[in-house]
Amino acid sequence: MTTKSSNMPHLPKTLDTEPERQAPSFVIRLLRDRSGTVGLILVVFFTIISLLGLFEITRYPVLEQHPIDRLQAPSLDYWFGTDQFGRDTFSRIMKGGANSLQVSVISVSVSTLIGTVIGIFAGYVGGIVDTILMRIMDILFAFPSLLLALLVVTIIGAGLSSTVLAITVVYTPIFARVARGPVLSLKNAEFVTAARCLGAKDWRIIAHHIFPNMRTVLIVQVTLALSWALITEAGLSFLGLGTQPPDASWGLMLSANRGLAEIAPWLILFPALSIMLMVLGFNLLGDGLRDVLDPYLKSE
Amino acid sequence: MRQYLIRRLFASLITLLGISVMVFGAIRLVPGDQITAQLGTEAGMLSQEQRAALERYYGLDRPPVEQYFTWLGNALQGNFGFSIRQGREVLPLIFERFPVTLELAILSVIIALVIGIPIGIIAALRRNTWIDLFGRVFSMLGLSVPNFLLGTMIIYVLSVFFGILPNSGNYVGFFDDPIKNLQQLIFPAITMGFSFAASIMRMTRSAMLEVLNESYVRTARSKGLKEQTVILRHALRNALIPVVTLIGVEFGYLLGGALITEQIFALPGIGRLAINAITQREYALVQGVALFIVINFILINFMVDIIYGFIDPRVSYDN
Repeated sequence: MTTKSSNMPHLPKTLDTEPERQAPSFVIRLLRDRSGTVGLILVVFFTIISLLGLFEITRYPVLEQHPIDRLQAPSLDYWFGTDQFGRDTFSRIMKGGANSLQVSVISVSVSTLIGTVIGIFAGYVGGIVDTILMRIMDILFAFPSLLLALLVVTIIGAGLSSTVLAITVVYTPIFARVARGPVLSLKNAEFVTAARCLGAKDWRIIAHHIFPNMRTVLIVQVTLALSWALITEAGLSFLGLGTQPPDASWGLMLSANRGLAEIAPWLILFPALSIMLMVLGFNLLGDGLRDVLDPYLKSE
Repeated sequence: MRQYLIRRLFASLITLLGISVMVFGAIRLVPGDQITAQLGTEAGMLSQEQRAALERYYGLDRPPVEQYFTWLGNALQGNFGFSIRQGREVLPLIFERFPVTLELAILSVIIALVIGIPIGIIAALRRNTWIDLFGRVFSMLGLSVPNFLLGTMIIYVLSVFFGILPNSGNYVGFFDDPIKNLQQLIFPAITMGFSFAASIMRMTRSAMLEVLNESYVRTARSKGLKEQTVILRHALRNALIPVVTLIGVEFGYLLGGALITEQIFALPGIGRLAINAITQREYALVQGVALFIVINFILINFMVDIIYGFIDPRVSYDN
């Protein structure tokens, strides 16, 4: 290193002595963003709670009933109180979080994959293929999301897997639209034309030149879609068409305990807070990521 | 302009046709045959002849393509089928419920505008002050609190702290008793208007911030106009253009998206009709309501597109 710098005497002294100022890493930039930090903390917290719930590392077994301790208010024994069957609300919140997050993560991942492939393909190929594919996406888009999810649940019946399918169908068109937009402008960009002139194949152009340039938009969209998916899952469960009892889900807990709210408010308070904070977490994280990753889209 | 309208109308018709295929096909995908699904255990009591007669009556013995075109032809003539449980035709049933949903949607939009636009404007004008922070927290909460959660909380607070039960068991129409009608609809409208107000606030704030940096606002200020005139006549008028689009799109969703709110507050609207049809497996009703909701949505979007051109002369319909 010393030899190298001594071989270049013509360089200004500042370059030789001062280290090059590097842009702060992505995580540091996200942590400097207030909403991004709060969002990240909320998401990490609920993810840990949900993972513990998924493996049933809970305070009490989720389905275990304690008939003597029915409708107990929050206490040291039962942090979030108990329901009408004497089941521990905190443990059920953990399991409910696991179910909600599982459904949301799987459905958003699948819709991201399918939607992005459709969007890239439609945008890149163009012409009649683009028209047909995007018209199909428009048809799905014209349905209010909950109605479309309800139609899917009508066809295949209520349950966790149908909720996953319903949410996947609802969010695929969004990802197709989000992916298609950048492809339309990128496919005519100079670096893509250059790659094509060098003889690069279409799949290579898509994988190495187009996709890396649209990752930012997709990451932000995935984060926001996770919050919508959580709401849709909770909504379907609230209507009795998502997670089925005795399994736990935040939406189901809220709907099943509405009648008991006057005598046991904790039964609706904790599921309500959990839904709100988790969705808030994903929304804030999405906003923070957008500000950090894409200054052009900054929410200001 | 005319060419654009024709093109847009044609695209909407194609989308509608696709939707009709989807809605029709969706019901055919239900496992098991339709008669068993609809009649449940009672279907087991049917004789072979009775079942065959029912299949003939519903046209289920014909090929699916023929069934689709018969259904579409009937739908175009206003015949959306018959609801067995309600013992009535589907379309009159939809029209009977629609005014409730329409009134709820209009009230929600009014609430959202009254809350969202002033907060959005003030937040943009007093950027980085406590009111801006309040506006941003409000918008974030609005986007993070689902309707069913807010509705449940409103019912809880009203019943526990004020002894009021806002569930509209015996719904009264606006023209029968306007005061009672508004009392029944105000809380569901707040439930739906809250998240919408948050979106409008967000949009107004960012549009105002953008417009306030424009040269025509600087010109208006430099020629000595009062700040109030600059804000109201020059900035706000332009900032509201994207907000109008948002109102249109959201209104379309509100007309079809009141599913849970109507269910929570026991309002006899389209959304509740849809949920009951789905849980009771009333397929003709499911098809009818779904088609009706989507037609509304497409029509409103179409109108928003046209209105957009009128309020923003920069929009060109030629390309």
